[in-house]
Amino acid sequence: MTLMTAQNQPAKLRWGEFEEDDVDDLDFLLPPKQLIGPDENGIKKVIEYKFNEDGNKFNVTTTSRTRKLANARLSKRAVERRSWPKFGDAVHEDVGARLTMVSTEEILLERPRTPGSKAEEPKAGGDSLAQLGKGGAALKLCRTCGKKGDHWTSQCPYKDLAPQAEAFSDKPPTSDAAAGAAGTGKYVPPSVRAGADRTGSDMRRRNDENSVRVTNLPEDTREPDLLELFRPFGAVSRVYVALDKNTSISRGFGFVNFVNREDAQRAINKLNGYGYDNLILRVEWATPRTN
Amino acid sequence: MRPILMKGHERPLTFLKYNRDGDLLFSCAKDHNPTVWFADNGERLGTYRGHNGAVWCCDVSRDSARLITGSADQTAKLWNVQTGQQLFTFNFDSPARAVDFSVGDRLAVITTDPFMELSSAIHVKRIANDPADQVGESALILKGPQGRINRAVWGPLNRTIISAGEDAVIRIWDSETGKLLKENDKEVGHKKTITSLAKSVDGSHFLTGSLDKSAKLWDIRTLTLIKTYVTERPVNAVAMSPLLDHVVLGGGQDASAVTTTDHRAGKFEAKFYDKVLQEEIGGVKGHFGPINALAFNPDGKSFSSGGEDGYVRLHHFDSDYFNIKI
Repeated sequence: MTLMTAQNQPAKLRWGEFEEDDVDDLDFLLPPKQLIGPDENGIKKVIEYKFNEDGNKFNVTTTSRTRKLANARLSKRAVERRSWPKFGDAVHEDVGARLTMVSTEEILLERPRTPGSKAEEPKAGGDSLAQLGKGGAALKLCRTCGKKGDHWTSQCPYKDLAPQAEAFSDKPPTSDAAAGAAGTGKYVPPSVRAGADRTGSDMRRRNDENSVRVTNLPEDTREPDLLELFRPFGAVSRVYVALDKNTSISRGFGFVNFVNREDAQRAINKLNGYGYDNLILRVEWATPRTN
Repeated sequence: MRPILMKGHERPLTFLKYNRDGDLLFSCAKDHNPTVWFADNGERLGTYRGHNGAVWCCDVSRDSARLITGSADQTAKLWNVQTGQQLFTFNFDSPARAVDFSVGDRLAVITTDPFMELSSAIHVKRIANDPADQVGESALILKGPQGRINRAVWGPLNRTIISAGEDAVIRIWDSETGKLLKENDKEVGHKKTITSLAKSVDGSHFLTGSLDKSAKLWDIRTLTLIKTYVTERPVNAVAMSPLLDHVVLGGGQDASAVTTTDHRAGKFEAKFYDKVLQEEIGGVKGHFGPINALAFNPDGKSFSSGGEDGYVRLHHFDSDYFNIKI
């Protein structure tokens, strides 16, 4: 967070006494850099003084917070190692290199199913293969044949059949209307043809499916809170809270994606108008459904 | 949790190793410079310059003074951890793959790949206290397995060496005589290349990950299968939590198939399983390529993963990780 306060206070020396080029050499007139903190919260302030192009003095206050990652107890040897000098390529490390960064994204340990629910869920048309991968059954949704909880897309038994739909006409691989259309001589764009590689826009759209918009969120709500709120309704594949880029304060809305549409619908029914932290939540489908 | 991303390597990661105190993290990659990082904040401490090929594996001595690395430049090198100085170079006639210090750090096992008409081999080297006295001769050379030996580690009391590799067979060798003591039961064993092997903290059992999309837990003395963890992608890396009964599997599609698919489809997560119940606990996403290396901090409160994308991601667990219920 950088705060610029222009102090419209004229430089001590008259501008006329100097040549233009001298402006760069005025730095000695500036007060030295100030460092306040770090205080008990790890907040550190650095105040630097500079001249701008017009010769006005201004200060730049940089406030930064150092987070303690873990208050781990370190052995004496480890503490000693902390002060070892850098070596190898690390010696010439310039500050701009930014080799180490803290992820801007909050990563959660994503549970395969809601805690407390049964491992074995009744599966539609379950065959013996389905029993093999019982973990994460709720998440299994085949994108090739649309079967839920049966197998992963990569293991779809119909995957190989899909591109040769005509050859195996006795076994229609998908309920896709485009598959039939291919035989009728009507032009079907390659991207919609049966068995087409749907990695483009189609994949993106999938992400929006069963997406629920939550508005009027309290400012201090974070993704884990939202997850906690929505998880009881079913498997959640994504939680997102919109944060202001500069202040990192919540903008008061977010999105929750459910694996199952029914779960999303139940969450909407239940949580729309729900009082959460003294605000009344508004929960609705993120994209207006066409059907 | 917000992972720390460390981008020190230009090429895919191959191996990660914490020292015993858990304050240093060593990373090996296909670029030529193994790197050491502070494990708490991810700051780079230094690099070990001298290898001329991909570095496949490393191990650090118990006192964190020595590092051994095995590289595709047909050498294994001993390093001074603090200064990055090369202490000794073991020369081979084929690429070195796995390295492991014995208990007590007086011996090291180094495996070499099959190359030209040479077959793969496991070398046991004596490690001298003073690097000036170090010699290059092998105390023992074991031969026999077909294909690459991807991992070789010491068994209990340094009496045995456990090896696993491309032929999907786990073997236990006598470290004194070089005799083959045990092979795992073919019926229950892996069906494809074993890519990784991790010992438990107490050294009583170990975990192997294989391209047959499973990981298996074995007893280190009897080589009996204890548990099997089935996943839906090839397993490149495995790790066991020293604190909780959790195992972590990392993997993903083959590197060659990655660019042709959406990253969401790649399953590049680190998957957590309950060690006892063999059930999936959850997944940690983040890499843009398969996970090649996994390591748990010895305190069990953080773990790091290294991917084909060249990043090391250091994860400090949130407090709710420690009371996850299935």
